[in-house]
Amino acid sequence: MGRFTTWFHRMGSPRWFFDLSRPWLVGFLAVGVTLLGVGTVWGLGFAPPDYQQGDSYRIIYIHVPSAHLAEALYVAMGVAGIVVLVWRMKLADMFIAVTAPVGMAVTGIALLTGAIWGRPTWGAWWVWDARTTSVLVLFFLYLGIVALRQAIPRADQAGRAAAVLAIVGTVNVPIIKYSVDWWLTLHQPASITFTAAPAMPPSMWVPLLINMVGFYALVAAFLVAGLRNEVLLREADAQWVRDWLERAS
Amino acid sequence: MSIAVAQVRRDFLVAFRARADAVHPVAFFALTVVLFGLSMGPDRQAMGELAPGMVWVLALLATMMGTDTLFRRDFEDGTLEQLLLHGRPLFVAVLAKLFAHWCVTGLVLTALSPLAGLMLQVPAEGLPALAGSLALGTPALTLIGAIAAALTVGLGRGGMLAAVIALPLFVPVLIFGAGASLAAASGASPAAEFLWLGALLAAALTLAPFAVGLALRVSQEY
Amino acid sequence: MSEFLAMGGHGLYVWLAYGISFAVLAALGLRPIVARRRFLSHARREAHARRDADARRDEQRRGRERREG
Repeated sequence: MGRFTTWFHRMGSPRWFFDLSRPWLVGFLAVGVTLLGVGTVWGLGFAPPDYQQGDSYRIIYIHVPSAHLAEALYVAMGVAGIVVLVWRMKLADMFIAVTAPVGMAVTGIALLTGAIWGRPTWGAWWVWDARTTSVLVLFFLYLGIVALRQAIPRADQAGRAAAVLAIVGTVNVPIIKYSVDWWLTLHQPASITFTAAPAMPPSMWVPLLINMVGFYALVAAFLVAGLRNEVLLREADAQWVRDWLERAS
Repeated sequence: MSIAVAQVRRDFLVAFRARADAVHPVAFFALTVVLFGLSMGPDRQAMGELAPGMVWVLALLATMMGTDTLFRRDFEDGTLEQLLLHGRPLFVAVLAKLFAHWCVTGLVLTALSPLAGLMLQVPAEGLPALAGSLALGTPALTLIGAIAAALTVGLGRGGMLAAVIALPLFVPVLIFGAGASLAAASGASPAAEFLWLGALLAAALTLAPFAVGLALRVSQEY
Repeated sequence: MSEFLAMGGHGLYVWLAYGISFAVLAALGLRPIVARRRFLSHARREAHARRDADARRDEQRRGRERREG
């Protein structure tokens, strides 16, 4: 217990994170680029075409990972929000600040690839499909956090306000998903299910898995890089940052 | 309990003295109903089919506009600070405040909604469900909108930021509320949607005041 | 090769989707690099300014001491 709490509090210190995180950044970046490269080449070039959708299904190798990650990042912000409000941990506040725009961009990828995939599959760029619509609402939830942070001048208050909103949003995410599902079943009797799950052979889902892990790792690298910058910016007046600058130049 | 009663009585008094704040959302609702009617063209049949959902959206926007004034006056004259400092449970005070606010906005909108529905050619069998769904839905909207209003109260900006924050959170309430009115207007039973609206309201009643309290504490430091 | 690019007639959609996605990912990767550069150059300039100001203050003090002493 004692050792865990010490570790937990040390982890919340920006300096501790900055001192340790460089290898993480390199590691995540290497793993992410490699896996995403392998998975993408495999998915585009070597996975067999889908028996119904032909080659257009290959968009799945970016669409599904990005949609997955978009939700996971929002929930992570909600958890960080609790940490901010309960333990006043600076690093968690910085995590929300860095994650909100990145999560919004990832959600944008999921939306755009979904729309592009919808064109050959449904014959329309935008269909009020349950999953697509939930992702669109998720995009606006991210937008709310980014807008709120930008509107509040003082960083620590912006952090706490964003934390409250992230928690509220995280509670809402499953409710929104459920209600949109419900709305869809009322209005559209049957929608095409994308992944032909029973028939998906390993040569199709293994690259999907690789890209999934690759996406997570690559975005983790971006987040670590963003967090390191955020630490430097917010602690710019601290002596340890000045010393570090001295050594770096 | 006495905190709640005192808070409600005080807020009613303030609402009565500052009547414009309560009248504006209602006027906004009436005006947008007229605009919607004019924008639809003369096809009465098409209007009647769309109108239940549309009245819901307009009521939702009017509720959103209403929450803008929820804490502003109290923030400016320091009453909000007293509320946060007095040490009694904030949950009760917030809930009482929201109840008083809902009585002068959401309840009025609910009462006016059959009239709006009638003007927009909603079939008569759809009107009770429209009003009923708004009676359950507008308190939930007020509770959620209050979170956004509380987060932005100290920023001195218009309600646009609050709207960007709150509107995505309104999605479930809108889906079940508009769903209930559309179902009833087309002759189907809206029972399931009503149950869901009730569940959403119950969840909002128990959770939102906490979030509003937290948000007010953060805002007070701006 | 051209068969690969055509993607069974869906080439436009597949390549558009991948193009946009990787462009966004590249932008996300560049952002921290640019931000870091900007921070470093700004911080260095500030450090120089601080050092110059310190030096000037020392110079003035020394000058004052010479005159008085």
